[in-house]
Formats: sequence, structure tokens, C-alpha cells
Amino acid sequence: MATYTLTTPLTSEDTKKLVAGDTVLLNGTIYTARDAAHKRLVELIEAGEELPFDLEGSVIYFVGPTPPKPGDPIGSAGPTTSYRMDTYSPTMLKHGSKGMIGKGKRNQAVKDACVEYDGIYFGATGGAGALLGKQIRSAEVIAYPELGPEAVRKITVEDFPVTVVNDTKGNDIYQMGRAQYEVKD
Amino acid sequence: MREIEFDVVVKAVKDMIMHCGTDLPQDTYDALKAAMEAEKSPVSKEVIRQILENANIAKDEKRPLCQDTGLAVFFVKVGEDVRIKGGLLRDAINKGTEEGYTEGYLRASTCEPFSRLNLKDTVGYNLPAIIHFDIVSGDKIDIEYAAKGGGSENVSRAKVLPPAAGKDGVVEFVKEVISDAGGNPCPPITVGVGIGGTFERAVISSKHALFRDLETTHEDPEMAELEERILTEINNLGIGAMGMGGTKTALAVHIESNPCHIASLPVSVNVQCHSSRHTHITI
Repeated sequence: MATYTLTTPLTSEDTKKLVAGDTVLLNGTIYTARDAAHKRLVELIEAGEELPFDLEGSVIYFVGPTPPKPGDPIGSAGPTTSYRMDTYSPTMLKHGSKGMIGKGKRNQAVKDACVEYDGIYFGATGGAGALLGKQIRSAEVIAYPELGPEAVRKITVEDFPVTVVNDTKGNDIYQMGRAQYEVKD
Repeated sequence: MREIEFDVVVKAVKDMIMHCGTDLPQDTYDALKAAMEAEKSPVSKEVIRQILENANIAKDEKRPLCQDTGLAVFFVKVGEDVRIKGGLLRDAINKGTEEGYTEGYLRASTCEPFSRLNLKDTVGYNLPAIIHFDIVSGDKIDIEYAAKGGGSENVSRAKVLPPAAGKDGVVEFVKEVISDAGGNPCPPITVGVGIGGTFERAVISSKHALFRDLETTHEDPEMAELEERILTEINNLGIGAMGMGGTKTALAVHIESNPCHIASLPVSVNVQCHSSRHTHITI
């Protein structure tokens, strides 16, 4: 299992070399969005309207951070459970997004969309909000401030540690890892 | 009749919320460290290492352990010989919750069920707190608090089994819940199992079971044996830390058992993520 350092926006060339289980240190700009924001973003795509950021090559982080302490760009910022975004993610990938960061398993439609559109689903360590928040250098709310922690933020990350869960070949580290360590009666 | 000032309760609740938000309890830290050493999968081992490093950063820099600072859940035992001076106990706990979440820079995670909006003048600041009251003898107030995050809460389930299902039925149900949950509830987890009572008693017991210290086994040897059996079966599922595959999916299984109706065997599973923020005070 390899370790890569990648900078956003990601290209198909970047994503196609990644294999489930690889570690990636992400750098550059990524965007935060979770349940309510995804609903609105996909409604904009379906209505043919402009999004608050460029989807092409984008990485979307499923996170609702804590409020920043004075002097900090953001508070604690670990991943939220991803399956709630399963309804929306294939549309986001179809329209140019290349990566998602969250935790927990995705449905087959998302995995299929990763294969079709060269997308990657990355897992970050759930609950490690203090550690992951420290890798975020700047943060700015760019849409839906009324959603509070669910607002869309443009954030800059440095060596943000993630693991490839679903790759562009249809592999799934959750299934592979579990099969390896399951003890059958 | 002993009197306790309203503001004393407010401050006590505020302090326990702020402390819990940043400081992982020692029993949980120790159990995670032991799990990291015993874990056979290198990927899961690395995940637990990150979890422990996160706990150190959170404690040293007073940052929230997890961005999901949960809903505030309280189990409160009120002595019959004590009263609150200057207001209601429920209001004092809610005020302490609001102040703790605000001053601790903790996330307000409550929203209206259908609009999904967090309306600060109604249900913001994590209000109302979820409070379970019990009346006991004495002149003290005993408050247990947990920050209950959504990821682990969402996978919890309850079911009323036929009595013939017995212990095997309970083990199978718990295994099914944890197997379906996979990495979603942020393993290594603690599993609370409520058995018996009525439907809601089983559910509340499964949540209360999560307050027990991790190193403490059940006082009834038969229940302690059942806890050990379920723990082994869960770890045999191979889920591992954050679902990456491994041998340490759960740190402990805690059972609370109650007498139940001759026709029923209710069982409830409430899951606690590795960020097990809970504490206890007596006033």
C-alpha cells in the first residue's frame, strides 16, 4: 500500500493511480458540504444553474466543524458518516467532482460512479477532529451561512491524511479488510 | 430539606460539558492504547494511533475531541430531601448546557426535524438537553452526562424478541446490529445492551450501560460471561478501527438487565463511538 501526496484540483491521472488502502496526504483547496448543502447543490445542478464553486476536479469534505476559537481558522473538523450523501454523490461526480472525504461505507451507486467518472472516496479518521482541524490552514464560508455547521466552506489543507476506501477500479477497503480479519465459526 | 442554589447547578453542568468536550476519559484512553497494542491489522493500528494522538492534542490545546460534540444526555438522580433555590432543576441543566456548548466552542447540533434548520432562539445551542430523572433517597443530586454523537447513535436499534429466543437470540441481534453498522459508528466502539423491562426501559438501559467504567465487569457473573461472549463475537466480525478491517472492533460490551413481562424479551443496542465523552458529578 503506497503513500501519495496530491494537490487539488485532482485529475483522472491522479485518481486512476490510487488503490484502495493507499494513504494520501492532500494539499490545496477543498470544499465542505454535508446533508442540507448537498441537497441544495444537486438541485442547482439539476436546474442548470451555477454552483458556488467550480466542481471540476474538486474534493468535497463531508464535515460540520465546531466553531473556531479566537485566532483559529476553523474548529475541530473530523469526517461525518457518508452514506447520507449517497443520494447526491453520483451527480456530483458526473459533473466533474473527483473526490469525497468522509467515513463509513457507500452504496453501490456511489462505487459505480467512482468507476465511471474516475472518482475516489477517501476515508478520514472519524472523531479525530482536533488532529484533522489542525491540518486546515484557512476556511471561508462561501455559501448557505444560514446552515451553520452545514454551510459550504472553501478550506485550504496541508498534508491532510486520508485513506483510499473506494478506488476507480471498484475496490473497497472496508470489504477487503473485513474479509481478511473475520473469524468464522 | 437541603437547598442548592440554581446557579451552582448551572456552573456544575457547564464545567462538566466543557471538560468532557476536550478530555477523553482515562479508562477510554487506556482501553484504546491496549487495543492499539493488540491490533493485528497495521491499517487499524495506525487509525487507533491517530485517535490517541487526537486525544493528546485535544487535551493539551483544549480543542474539541470530535467536531460532533453531540446532544447533551443526562441521567439525574434527585434526592427526596433536596430542592433547587431560585428555579427548576430542568431549567438549570438546560442553562448549563447552553453555556457549556457556547463557551466551550462546541458545535450546536440540534435542528428542527423537517426543515433541518438550527434555530438559535428555539432549538439551537443543543437545547433542549435529553434528561432522564430518577427520584432517590437522600439530600444530594447525582448527574451523569454524555455527549452523544450522531454517527454512533444512528446505528442503534431495539427489538422485542420472543422469550424462547433466550441468550442466543440476544447475541445474534447484537451481532446483526454491529455487523450492519460496520465502520459507520467510529469503532473501536463500546456497546450498551439493555435487556428486559419494557420496550422503552430496554432502550434507556442500553444507553445508561455506556456510563459504566470500561475496566469494570458486570457484578452478576452470568451477565459478565454474556458480555464477554458478545465482545468476542463482535471482534470476530473483523470490522476493525473505522471499518478498515481488524481484530479490535469493540472495547467493551456492557449489559443492563431488568425484569420483564412473561410474554416479552425486549433488547436494545446503543453504540458509543471511541470518543466516549462522559462524566459524573454529585452535588
